[in-house]
Amino acid sequence: MDILSLFVIIPILTVVALLFVKELEKVRVISAVGMFIQLLLSIKLVFDYIAERASGNTSEMVFQKSYQWFESINIQYNVGVDGISVVMILLTGIIIFTGIFASWKVAYLSKEFFISLIVLATGVFGFFISLDLFTMFLFYEVAVLPMYLLIGIWGTGNKEYSAMKLTLMLMGGSAFLLVGLIGIYMNSAPEGQALTYNILEIAKHNIPIEAQRFFFPLTFIGFGVLGALFPFHTWSPDGHASAPTAVSMLHAGVLMKLGGYGALRVAMYLMPEAANEMSWIFIILTGISVIYGALGAVVQTDLKYINAYSSVSHCGLVLFAVLMVNKTSFNGAILQMLSHGLMTAMFFALIGMIYGRAGTRDIKKLGGLMKVMPFLAVMYVIAGMASLGLPGLSGFVAEMTIFVGAFQHSDIFHRVATIIAVSSIVVTAVYILRVVGKILFGPIINEEHKQLTDAVWHEKLPLIVLLIAIAGMGIAPLWISDLIMESLDPIVNKLVMVTQ
Amino acid sequence: MIEGIEIQHIILVSSLMFFIGVYGFMTRKNLITMLMAIELMLNAVNINFVAFNKYLHPENMQGHFYSLFIIAIAAAEAAVAIAIIINLYRNLHSIDVEDVNNMKH
Amino acid sequence: MDFTYTIYIVLIPLFAFLVNGLLGHKIKDSISGVFATLALGVSAILSYFTAYNYFFKVGKVDGVYEKITAFNTTWINFTDKLHIDLGVLIDPISVMMLVVITTVSLLVHIYSLGYMKGDEGFTRFYAYLSLFTFSMLGLVVATNIFQMYMFWELVGLSSYLLIGYYYTKPSAVAASKKAFIVTRFADLGFLVGILFLSFTTGTFDFITLNENASILAQAAPLGFMGLSVLTWAVILIFIGGAGKSAMFPLHIWLPDAMEGPTPVSALIHAATMVVAGVYLVARLFPIFSAVDPIALEIVAIVGGVSSLFAAIIACTQIDIKRVLAFSTMSQIGYMMLALGVSGMGEEGTGFMASMFHLFTHAMFKALLFLGAGSIIHAVHSNNLTDMGNLRKYMPITHITFLIACLAIAGVPPFSGFFSKDEILVAAMNHNPIYFWIEWAVAGLTAFYMFRLYFGIFWANDKKHDHAHESPFSMTLPLVILAIAATFAGFVPFNELVTSDGGFLDIHIHWNIALPSIAIGLVGILVAYIFYKKESSLPSKMEKSVGSLYTYAYNKFYIDEVYMFVTKKIIFNKISTPIAWFDRNVIDASMDSIANITNYFSDKIKTIQSGQLQQYITAFIAAVLILVFIFNYLIS
Repeated sequence: MDILSLFVIIPILTVVALLFVKELEKVRVISAVGMFIQLLLSIKLVFDYIAERASGNTSEMVFQKSYQWFESINIQYNVGVDGISVVMILLTGIIIFTGIFASWKVAYLSKEFFISLIVLATGVFGFFISLDLFTMFLFYEVAVLPMYLLIGIWGTGNKEYSAMKLTLMLMGGSAFLLVGLIGIYMNSAPEGQALTYNILEIAKHNIPIEAQRFFFPLTFIGFGVLGALFPFHTWSPDGHASAPTAVSMLHAGVLMKLGGYGALRVAMYLMPEAANEMSWIFIILTGISVIYGALGAVVQTDLKYINAYSSVSHCGLVLFAVLMVNKTSFNGAILQMLSHGLMTAMFFALIGMIYGRAGTRDIKKLGGLMKVMPFLAVMYVIAGMASLGLPGLSGFVAEMTIFVGAFQHSDIFHRVATIIAVSSIVVTAVYILRVVGKILFGPIINEEHKQLTDAVWHEKLPLIVLLIAIAGMGIAPLWISDLIMESLDPIVNKLVMVTQ
Repeated sequence: MIEGIEIQHIILVSSLMFFIGVYGFMTRKNLITMLMAIELMLNAVNINFVAFNKYLHPENMQGHFYSLFIIAIAAAEAAVAIAIIINLYRNLHSIDVEDVNNMKH
Repeated sequence: MDFTYTIYIVLIPLFAFLVNGLLGHKIKDSISGVFATLALGVSAILSYFTAYNYFFKVGKVDGVYEKITAFNTTWINFTDKLHIDLGVLIDPISVMMLVVITTVSLLVHIYSLGYMKGDEGFTRFYAYLSLFTFSMLGLVVATNIFQMYMFWELVGLSSYLLIGYYYTKPSAVAASKKAFIVTRFADLGFLVGILFLSFTTGTFDFITLNENASILAQAAPLGFMGLSVLTWAVILIFIGGAGKSAMFPLHIWLPDAMEGPTPVSALIHAATMVVAGVYLVARLFPIFSAVDPIALEIVAIVGGVSSLFAAIIACTQIDIKRVLAFSTMSQIGYMMLALGVSGMGEEGTGFMASMFHLFTHAMFKALLFLGAGSIIHAVHSNNLTDMGNLRKYMPITHITFLIACLAIAGVPPFSGFFSKDEILVAAMNHNPIYFWIEWAVAGLTAFYMFRLYFGIFWANDKKHDHAHESPFSMTLPLVILAIAATFAGFVPFNELVTSDGGFLDIHIHWNIALPSIAIGLVGILVAYIFYKKESSLPSKMEKSVGSLYTYAYNKFYIDEVYMFVTKKIIFNKISTPIAWFDRNVIDASMDSIANITNYFSDKIKTIQSGQLQQYITAFIAAVLILVFIFNYLIS
């Protein structure tokens, strides 16, 4: 059994095990154990990967395995990882593990809830290990669809509307994407040779420029919808506001990363000429995302809306960096995905905990929580600081890498776009400090809130895990950034070859 | 092969029967009458089967078999249809086809 | 001489922060305070040891102080050339700053043992203090500009946390938020400046930048409005410095920052963090002097305007901490101006004077703030009107405060006289207008400081029921700082800290010193007449200058301008419409796609009428049409 397929098999086994139990207690334990194994496996994968590279394996993807799946159109189950997917898998492992703990209290149909959650995670893991476009797309759909149930059944507020909106918009994106992927497939090999879905094979062949011009925007927008590209981001505020805690965590934490990862690995890598030609349109759109999301967050009053808009801004920065086409900015994009995934998961976990206690997410009705729940409040401040890019936490590393990378272009267009993106750090500080000042500091507004309690063990555990990851990445970014850097070479070389 | 009767004559009869059936089906509002119109159409088809079998391939019997099948199925169909109509009557107190519109959008 | 151990000067406060921050709730207050103080004591001793070794033993090579990279490790790689390092750079200004920071921080730690006693957040306070000290030390020893930026942000964080220390008080929360956001806004300039600088020069490293300053300045491509990219880069970087150093017009956060505990004001908002901007310019001074002269001219103008502006406001305020805050701003304006009028090498009087003033100012301003803390501790009020006659109750505070006032007023032989004199000489050499501005500011300084002094300690015969001299832990730092403020002027800065590390020949210029002493004395005299005894003179004076007084009292309405821009324009005119636009235009258009689909399917579904005979009609019609098409049209 190869290690990569285990990432799909373990969640499936966990789901199967869940089918046979009924008690809430057992459901929790099985899910937690399954995902804990998954987390350990992700950590092991990082070490295995480093060892494999250290032993001199310089191929683009390692641990490759390939099985024929559907011969007539050459679909394969083809897996393999490089440094980028390894860190994304690690991120997913951390977030699904913490997500299980964040949903510890789900009592209504808890078995079905955990099953849906784990199926979602399976899709994400499968997506990151796939090297075959079709399999990748399949896993992508597996990840997106449970969202509808998770929000529609276990959500809060206007959940049916939000679930429908989120699913329809993401499905719309998938439709674009599917056309794009089939287009790539149709042009994937020179005249007379067998067509293929294999990314590595396609990368060796240059897709004709006319085809690229047509399919690049489709693919990029398809992934961009998931990455909250302006103006296709509006599912994010409503979806997050209605979603249960763990779903928000997973969605903002890893699902949105599928967009950035796919945009880099598929859209940019396979269609470099069109990417080079059309990047200006998308740079404008992502530049708008970055500043617009931040400004939108300034006036929101619902904690989840604030975070959703903040995610639009931060994920906009991911796509922005992807479009800047150089090694540093790509590195920054991956780091930003990791960083945003961790801190936004932490945010949503905290918001869920605060909401569970105070019964409201309206910042006007909250105040002085530092006095009653110091642990959660301190964690909230730390997450906020990570979000506004304080050194020593993950956000700083990612943002600075992106900015320095984007500044390698010396023409006026890229410069202006970069400076606009950089200015989001001020706006971010404004909305983060506004929230922190309103809900954590100051006098306690509501007398009833004096009775509230601080976090208990199953709430502290995920927060501490996330904190360690955020601080670890912020304090010692060198190993993780080097891990990513060396894997970026094939992509960068292909793109740079085109621009010259 | 029947002396003095061309196949065209038979087809003419069956066509007339068929279109009388179609006309009846489209215009009558009574479900029983519509059922009768269907029977007309089916029998027009039966006549065609038998006639073509006799005139074109007298050595084979498929046409006869088909018409027997159709007669059997028509009987079954009539049984089911009348059962449905009776139930409709019980529920709607009418067997007017325009009142039977529960299966709309 | 191996200076690797200097890394511990920085790391020890970090360790203290981690211990107090993570385990603080489990340790007794007194233990955590003493622990943090001792840790800082070790750091301070190491700094003194470093200073002694560097300045007097090994630092000088061929008569010039070398820059030594004591420690350096790669933190993250950006490109082949660009990478952020973390390290320790030892050179005259960083060693000088190490001494200043550890000294003031140590004294503040000791002082707070008394001042903060019994406060419920005692360990939190010490954790923050350690965090601040760590960040500030990391900032001054930075080997590259990105490391400096990182620690720059961290001092911003510690400042935020400490201003908002009394977090249940809405005014403190608002002040901390304001301080963070205003400096963050300035840091935007700093960051963009760094990006320009690094792109143009291909390095973040201070040593490389400074040694090749003139070559880089020559090679820099032309940018915008006739200035080279490098010139723009340093101007942008200076914006960051101006924000942190509360220079006009980015000063608005500093007076509000006085919401923090008083020892914090002494440490952060007087002696160390606010001079980071000056330090930044000094650190990049070779670049500043190599690029277009307009860059340094801007530094000088901003410094001059700030010092005059703040001095005028300081004359009118009645909250004693705010007076001191504006005084700080004014004195930092001096330092900036001195840098702005300076040149390299032989013309480096201004640079030397600026660093000299930074040093002496740290001592006497920390003393003033700690003295003010001692007074506030006794009177439980910040208002000048609640004070008076306190000399009888607090003799030590009285004497030390007087020494500090004399030092800041520039009365010889106190330390302020020497450093201010050098600044005036440098200003005179550059442009007499700067000299006359600063000369006038010197008079104002003497006036407002002695207004404070007489108002607190003389003025009336008020009885104070609870006022008493502060405990030993608070008076000890006062006495130590008073000694430092008296004698710091005799430190030979011209030999130790100069722009190029060499020796600078200076002496007292009596033609400049005498007028400055004279105006200082005049200021003191006026204050004596006005405020020694309660009199009607001040209010008459206020009336005679009329609207100027009102403007100054309201800080020239700069805060209101900012409020207008942020609340009315950014919040109401940009963010609210964007939020509305997002919900009602973008989102609505997405929704309308769904709604339009829905509408059409609603229309189309009526075909499914349920009328059997309609279906059959349509069916037969369709069959006939198809038959017609296939029979007659296609074949």
